[in-house]
Amino acid sequence: MSPNVNTVLFLFFAACAAGSALAMVTRTNPVSCAMWLIGTFFSVAAIYTLLGAFFIGIIQILVYAGAIMVLFLFVIMLLNLGHDYEPDIRGTGWKISAAGAGLIIIALLGRVFGGDLPRPLGDVAGPRMLAAAQAERGVVGLIGIPLYNQYVVPLQATAILLLVAVVGAVVLAKRKA
Amino acid sequence: MNEMSGVAQIPLSYTLGLSAILFGIGVAGVIVRRNAIVLFMCVELMLNAVNLAFVALSPYAGLQGQIFVFFVIAVAAAEAAVGLAIMIAVFRHRESVDMKNFSLLRW
Amino acid sequence: MLLLQEAAHAAEALITTDNGFEPVLPWLIVGLPLLGFVLNGLLSVLAARRALPKLPPVGDPYYDHAHDDHGHAAAPARAHAPALAAVGGASEPSEQESLDHGTDAHPVDRAAARHDAHDVHDAHGHDDAHDAHDHAPAGPKPFTHTLPSLIAPGVLIGAFVLAVLNFLKMRGVEGTHHFALSSAWEWMSVDTLRVAAQLQLDPLSILMTLIITGVGSLIHIFSIGYMKEDPGYPRYMAYLNLFVFFMLILVLGSSYPVMFVGWEGVGLCSYLLIGFWFKEKANADAGKKAFIVNRIGDFGFLIAMFLLFWNVGALDFATVNHNLLSGEKMVAFGGAMITAVALFFFLGATGKSAQIPLFIWLPDAMAGPTPVSALIHAATMVTAGVYLVVRSSVIFTMAPAASLVVALVGALTAIFAASIGLKQWDIKKVLAYSTVSQLGFMFAAVGMGAYVAGVFHLMTHAFFKACLFLGSGAVIHAMHHALHSTHNPADAQDMRNMGGLRKYLPVTFVTMAISTLAIAGVPPFSGFFSKDEIIGAAWNGAQGHSFLSGASLFGIEGRYWMGFIGGTLSIAAFMTAFYMGRMMIYTFFGANRTGDEERKHLHETDWTLKLPLVVLGLLAAFGGFLNVETEVPVVRSLNLFGTGEALHHWLEPVIAGASEVANQNVGELGEFHHAAWPIFLAIVIGLGGLATAWLLLSRRALGTADTQAAYDNGVEKTLYNKWYIDEAYDAAVVRPVRGLSRLFARFDMGVLDWIVDLFGRLAQIFGVAFGRLQTGQLNTYAFVLVVGVLIVLGSFVAL
Repeated sequence: MSPNVNTVLFLFFAACAAGSALAMVTRTNPVSCAMWLIGTFFSVAAIYTLLGAFFIGIIQILVYAGAIMVLFLFVIMLLNLGHDYEPDIRGTGWKISAAGAGLIIIALLGRVFGGDLPRPLGDVAGPRMLAAAQAERGVVGLIGIPLYNQYVVPLQATAILLLVAVVGAVVLAKRKA
Repeated sequence: MNEMSGVAQIPLSYTLGLSAILFGIGVAGVIVRRNAIVLFMCVELMLNAVNLAFVALSPYAGLQGQIFVFFVIAVAAAEAAVGLAIMIAVFRHRESVDMKNFSLLRW
Repeated sequence: MLLLQEAAHAAEALITTDNGFEPVLPWLIVGLPLLGFVLNGLLSVLAARRALPKLPPVGDPYYDHAHDDHGHAAAPARAHAPALAAVGGASEPSEQESLDHGTDAHPVDRAAARHDAHDVHDAHGHDDAHDAHDHAPAGPKPFTHTLPSLIAPGVLIGAFVLAVLNFLKMRGVEGTHHFALSSAWEWMSVDTLRVAAQLQLDPLSILMTLIITGVGSLIHIFSIGYMKEDPGYPRYMAYLNLFVFFMLILVLGSSYPVMFVGWEGVGLCSYLLIGFWFKEKANADAGKKAFIVNRIGDFGFLIAMFLLFWNVGALDFATVNHNLLSGEKMVAFGGAMITAVALFFFLGATGKSAQIPLFIWLPDAMAGPTPVSALIHAATMVTAGVYLVVRSSVIFTMAPAASLVVALVGALTAIFAASIGLKQWDIKKVLAYSTVSQLGFMFAAVGMGAYVAGVFHLMTHAFFKACLFLGSGAVIHAMHHALHSTHNPADAQDMRNMGGLRKYLPVTFVTMAISTLAIAGVPPFSGFFSKDEIIGAAWNGAQGHSFLSGASLFGIEGRYWMGFIGGTLSIAAFMTAFYMGRMMIYTFFGANRTGDEERKHLHETDWTLKLPLVVLGLLAAFGGFLNVETEVPVVRSLNLFGTGEALHHWLEPVIAGASEVANQNVGELGEFHHAAWPIFLAIVIGLGGLATAWLLLSRRALGTADTQAAYDNGVEKTLYNKWYIDEAYDAAVVRPVRGLSRLFARFDMGVLDWIVDLFGRLAQIFGVAFGRLQTGQLNTYAFVLVVGVLIVLGSFVAL
């Protein structure tokens, strides 16, 4: 395969993402974990962009890195974590089991993904259609128009879900008077 | 973009491979981390890996992939909010978020 | 041969089409005693129910209180308490105890100290045990205790009458037609095995039936007088009737399985009756011993039946005899198979008829009431073995080695038991060992092929031994009464406490004297004829005129064995005369040792106790003339009936098969020489034994049981202690079996239980191990989840 610039960039960001993820899993300080996770999110957002899913990439940064991780950090700060005497990672046996499980998952998934995946829209025709739709509707419209036309019900449901979540969070976290 | 039509894309197997790697790392993290917040973060990592797979496949399988990713992100946000609220509530009882203190899921 | 053809027909059809004569209600002969058992059983259950203490109705005190007029909450509780205390205070309420609480006309009998008297009895337990149980109160008896006196002898007499009718009917037809089968239903019908519930009336079975019902009726009548005071009277009569029922099945059955039903049944009734006063442990133990030892014999019987069916293909007498005679089944004369069958049958016979090695139960069986000893252990049950051998005469004739074994064991038992009887002090024990010894005579006879002689001795023995036992029962009854009246705890059965009783019990004395003369073999009484025939058969065989003379056992020829048997039997006969004389002398002659006070109460009682003695005494006196030998001049002159050897002619059809076998295989035997010298020898032995006893013992001063010690040293002690045979069995058999069972118990508990526990323990281990999975830790659960996913994913990828 030819060293496509996209591929090279992808590989770079992939390495960043994997590295950040590994770092996140192994840090003891929860704040460090959060920061590394943010790094992972940014790398994945970059990959989204490289893949042409611009809207999703932006959403990823806005919501995941911008809202969710902030929430995490707030909570960590609120609970004043990170001052424990012993690292809150399980023992060596578990580490090995975890590493083993992870590796096996990767291997199996690799096997699955490495094989012939069905491409219903065609190898070349698919991306071309996507590009054409994007050209026609714009980046936001690519997602927005189907969202509000075909998937309006899930959209509204999600809205209610978010409402419920907000209310629930408030209720749960409220200090009992 | 114009690059999309005709120019060699990123090979699908690469993106899916990354997705698998991220997922594996997330699994390992869930097994091995005792801090409830960090555990949750690993779950988020797994979700991200899945999102990546969806997005990677969406040119070949349809726009539904990206729409679904949209929803996943929304739900993950809601879930994070509620989950963290629970952890705060729990922390108030036990003064700790270390999972070793919570073994109530027994008989 | 005509008979055999007929028998073959009858066997093939198993339907009574070819009966030689029409039997008169044969099933009623068997059914009447069964009816008696049922009725008496019901009466005994009724008596037991009436004997239960009356308890106030038990209810919930709360609700009773609600109905209480006085409104005292405590009243019902208080009412319960004394009743319960009364029950708890008295010893177990039983029919025996509660009948105690009635009015009593003999206050002298009610001394409480007597309850301690039952501690004083010898370890083997005996009649005296019933002293410990209070008699039923004087005064009008309830119907449960008066009806059995009518029912039990009534059914027996009814059965006897029927047997006589059938006998007369049988005599009305000619000899070859003395055969009838009467079927009730097809019992077992499997492949080639056909066994029917069928009665066979032929000369032998009718003879046995007459003896059983006849002597049985007399013993039932005796029992009325003997046992009517006993609280368990209806139960006793019920068991007695049940016994007669089973015994009749035994002798009237037409096949080995039917006979075996009766065989086992009499064993059961023997247990029930020996252990009749089961409250004394010794009595219960004696019952158990009898049953267990009998069971060992039953095992032999069963094996013999199996072998017989396997090789001969049938189990009813007619077909078996036919198959063996006709040679269809290729059973070799004197072969291993038929010898095995015969020996196993004999094993069964040793158990039932108390021969070596299984005679040990009979002396202990004296723990039962004396009429039981008379009926079961003198006249009927113990003769079942002899009956078996005579029934299987064809089998035994076909196995001469086995016959020699039978004869040898019989002779050895005769002398062995006689030697023990020489030194016993208990009157019933003397008679018990005498029974064993006389049975030895019978087996010696049938073993030597003299089947008629054996049956003849069986018959005469039934007469004189029953008379002797009933006589001893009368003696014990009188002694009992005497010792009772002065609260003397002495043993009523010990001869050392008796003496000079002929003044006080004249009828008993005369009848027992006649029977003693009979058993000693003094002419013209019955025992002389029967014993003489047996010993004569032995001498005859020794001279080579028996089919056994040529056979060999352990390398020695039959004639030498028979000479040995003849000598042994002669010595045993001498001993018999001696110890019987000793018994009579110690009991009836000399000074009375019972005690001055007691003597005043020694007298004879009921007619029910005297009548059977008289009848049996007459039979013992004159019964021998049924089979007088015709050839010997001296004897012939004694013959009152003209036709000699009536029994021999009568039983000829039964032993025709055996004679046929002997003729076929051994060839013509020489004529049965009736020499005169054995007869004189028998007379000399009989009179000599009695005379020796008189000379040695009549003037001996004897103390009572307290003052005269049982033998202390040497031979006498060994004989008194029955050659320590029980101790030997205990060491050789009982202890190893116990040890083996302990071993098995250890194996069972240690190994088998351990294996079973292992499963439990494994379940526990697995449980604990899998329980560890439930840590409550979310991370662990997540891990397990992941593992599951891996498995599923892996299986998809792999496949």
